[in-house]
Amino acid sequence: MRPALLLQRLLHLVPVLLGVTVIVFLMMSLTPGDPAEIMLANQNATPEQVASLRHDMGLDRSLPVRFASFVGNALRGDFGQSLFHRRPVADVIAERLPATIELSAAALIFALLVAIPLGVVAAVHRGGILDRLATVGSLFGVSLPGFWFGILLLLAFAVNLRLLPVSGAIDFAHQPPTVTGFLTIDSLLSGRLDSLGNALAHLLLPAVTLGLPMAAILMRVTRASMLEVLRQDYITFAEAKGLSRARILALHALKNALLPTVTVAAIETGSLLGGNMVVETVFGWPGLGRLVVESIFVRNYPLVQAAVLLYAVTYVLVNFVADLLYTVLNPKVRM
Amino acid sequence: MRRLGNLLPGKLAKLAAAAVLAFVLMAAAAPLLAPHDPAATDLFRRLQPPGWMAEGDWAYPLGCDALGRDILSRIIYGARVSIFIGVVVVLIATAIGIAAGLAAGYLRGWVDRVVSGLIDILLGFPYLIFAVGLMAMMGPGVLNMVMALAYKEWVVPARVVRGETLAARETEYVEAARAMGASSTYIMAREVLPNILSPVIVVASVRIAQVIILEASLSFLGLGVQPPTASWGSMVADGRGYILDAWWVSTFPGLAILLLVLSINVASQAVRDAMDPRFHD
Repeated sequence: MRPALLLQRLLHLVPVLLGVTVIVFLMMSLTPGDPAEIMLANQNATPEQVASLRHDMGLDRSLPVRFASFVGNALRGDFGQSLFHRRPVADVIAERLPATIELSAAALIFALLVAIPLGVVAAVHRGGILDRLATVGSLFGVSLPGFWFGILLLLAFAVNLRLLPVSGAIDFAHQPPTVTGFLTIDSLLSGRLDSLGNALAHLLLPAVTLGLPMAAILMRVTRASMLEVLRQDYITFAEAKGLSRARILALHALKNALLPTVTVAAIETGSLLGGNMVVETVFGWPGLGRLVVESIFVRNYPLVQAAVLLYAVTYVLVNFVADLLYTVLNPKVRM
Repeated sequence: MRRLGNLLPGKLAKLAAAAVLAFVLMAAAAPLLAPHDPAATDLFRRLQPPGWMAEGDWAYPLGCDALGRDILSRIIYGARVSIFIGVVVVLIATAIGIAAGLAAGYLRGWVDRVVSGLIDILLGFPYLIFAVGLMAMMGPGVLNMVMALAYKEWVVPARVVRGETLAARETEYVEAARAMGASSTYIMAREVLPNILSPVIVVASVRIAQVIILEASLSFLGLGVQPPTASWGSMVADGRGYILDAWWVSTFPGLAILLLVLSINVASQAVRDAMDPRFHD
C-alpha cells in the first residue's frame, strides 16, 4: 500500500473520531440532572456547597470550554471521577476491561470456528441437506434475542444439567494471581490448569450467546463468497491441473473467499461490543458492559460517557484496521 | 426431494407472512383477545404454572408471573409495543434516509459532504451502545426509545438511497428531465425516487426485525418501556430472577420475540428474492 494512501485514510479518521467525541460529549452534557447535586445527594449539602462543587467540576463554564477541557483530559486518559466509586473513571474501567475483552475474543473465535467451516461446506454442497440446515440455522441465529437465548442456555446447562457454572468469570477457589487481568492468560502464566479449566467453563456459555448472531452472519457471507470464488477460472484451471479437491478448496478457494468474511467480521464487532452489555448482564460477567448498565441506574454519568466513547473509538479503529487489512490482502484494490 | 426443496421456500415464505399478519392482528385486537387485564395482579396466582402442568389452570394457559399477572395477556399486549416501535422507527428512519440520501446523491457538493460525514460519524457507534447512551440521557419511555433508535437508524436507508441515486443520476431518463428544464426537487421526487424505491422497501422490511430486537434488548436492560406496560423484553427480564422455580415467566415472551422476528426475516427474504434477481446466490 502506498504511504500517501495510508496517510489519506489516517486523516479521514480524524473528523470521524472528533465527531464521535462531540456526540458523546453532548449526549451526557445535555442530560437532565446536575452531576454535582447527584454527587452530594443524601449528604444534606447546602446550595453553596453544590455551587462550589459545580465550580470545581467545571460545570459552570460554557459548553465549548467544557468540551475543550473534556477532549484535553480524555487525550491524557483522564475521564474524571466515577461518582459512585469515588475513584478515577479510567481506573474503574481498566479494572473491568480485561473480562470484556476476553469474552469478546472468545465470542469472535467461536463465531469464526463455526461460520467458516459451515459456510464452506454449505457452498461446496450447495442445495444439499447441510446447506439447507445451515441456512435455516443462520436465520435462527440472526433472529434469536441474545438475552433470552442466554437464559435458556443457563437453564439447560447450568441449572438442569449442572455441567457449567451459573454466573461470574471464575470461582473464588480457582482465582489465579493477577498479572494481566485476563483470567485465561493469568492461569497459564501461573501454570494453574485448574484455573484455566474453571475460567474456560465460565466463558463457554456467554461466549456462545454473544457469538451466535455473528456466526450466523459470517456463515452466510463465507458461503456466498465461496460460491463466487468457486465459479472463477483459476479454480477450473486448478481442477484441470488435476489438483485434489481438498487442496483446491484449502489453498486456492478459501484464501480468496475469506476476504469478505474478514470485512464483515470487523463490521460485526459493533454487535459484539453492544451485545456485551446484554450478555454480561445475563451471566453476571464482571466486565465493562454490565458496569455501564449499572452505572446508568445510579446516574454515574462520567463513567457512562467514558465507556461509550471507548466503545465507539474501539469500533472506529477496528474498522480502520480491517479496511487496511482488506486493502493489503486484496491485490485488486491495492493501489 | 428436489421438488420438495423448490416448493418449500415459497410455502415457508407464505407461512411466515401469515405469521407476521397474525401478530399484527393480535396487536390490533389485543383488548378483544386477551383473556385478562395484562396489568391485573393477583398474588394468589404468583408464579402459577402453565395450564398443562400439575398446578396450572387453563384460564391462565401460559401461567402467571411473580405478581400473578397472566402471561398470555401480557404477551398479546406486548406485541403492540414491539410492532409499534419496529414500524414507527423504520418509517421515520426511511423518510429521513430518503430525503438525506436523495439530496446527498443528487446534489453532491457540500450537501453530500455533510450527510456522508454525519453517516460516517454515526456508523462509528455500535448500535446498542448509541441507543443505551441516548436512553441514559433522555430517560426511559416509548417516545424516547423511538427517538433514540431513529437517530441512528436513518443511516441505513440513507446509504442505500445515496448509492442508488448516484447511479440514477447518470441515467438517460434523468438527463432527459434535466434537459427539459425540470427542477432538482422535481427530478429527485418524480424521476429518481420511484426508480430506486424497491431496494429501500427491501431494506426497511429487514430492518423492522432488527429494530424489534433492539427494542427488546433495551427493555430487557430496563431502559425501555416502563412498567406496568407489558413489553416482551422487560417480561424476559422480570422472569430472570425466578428461572429456577418458574421457567415459563421468561421463556414464553422470548419465544414470542423469536417467532415474530424469524417470521419477518423469512418473509422479507422472500420479498428480496422476488424484487431483485441479483440476490439469487
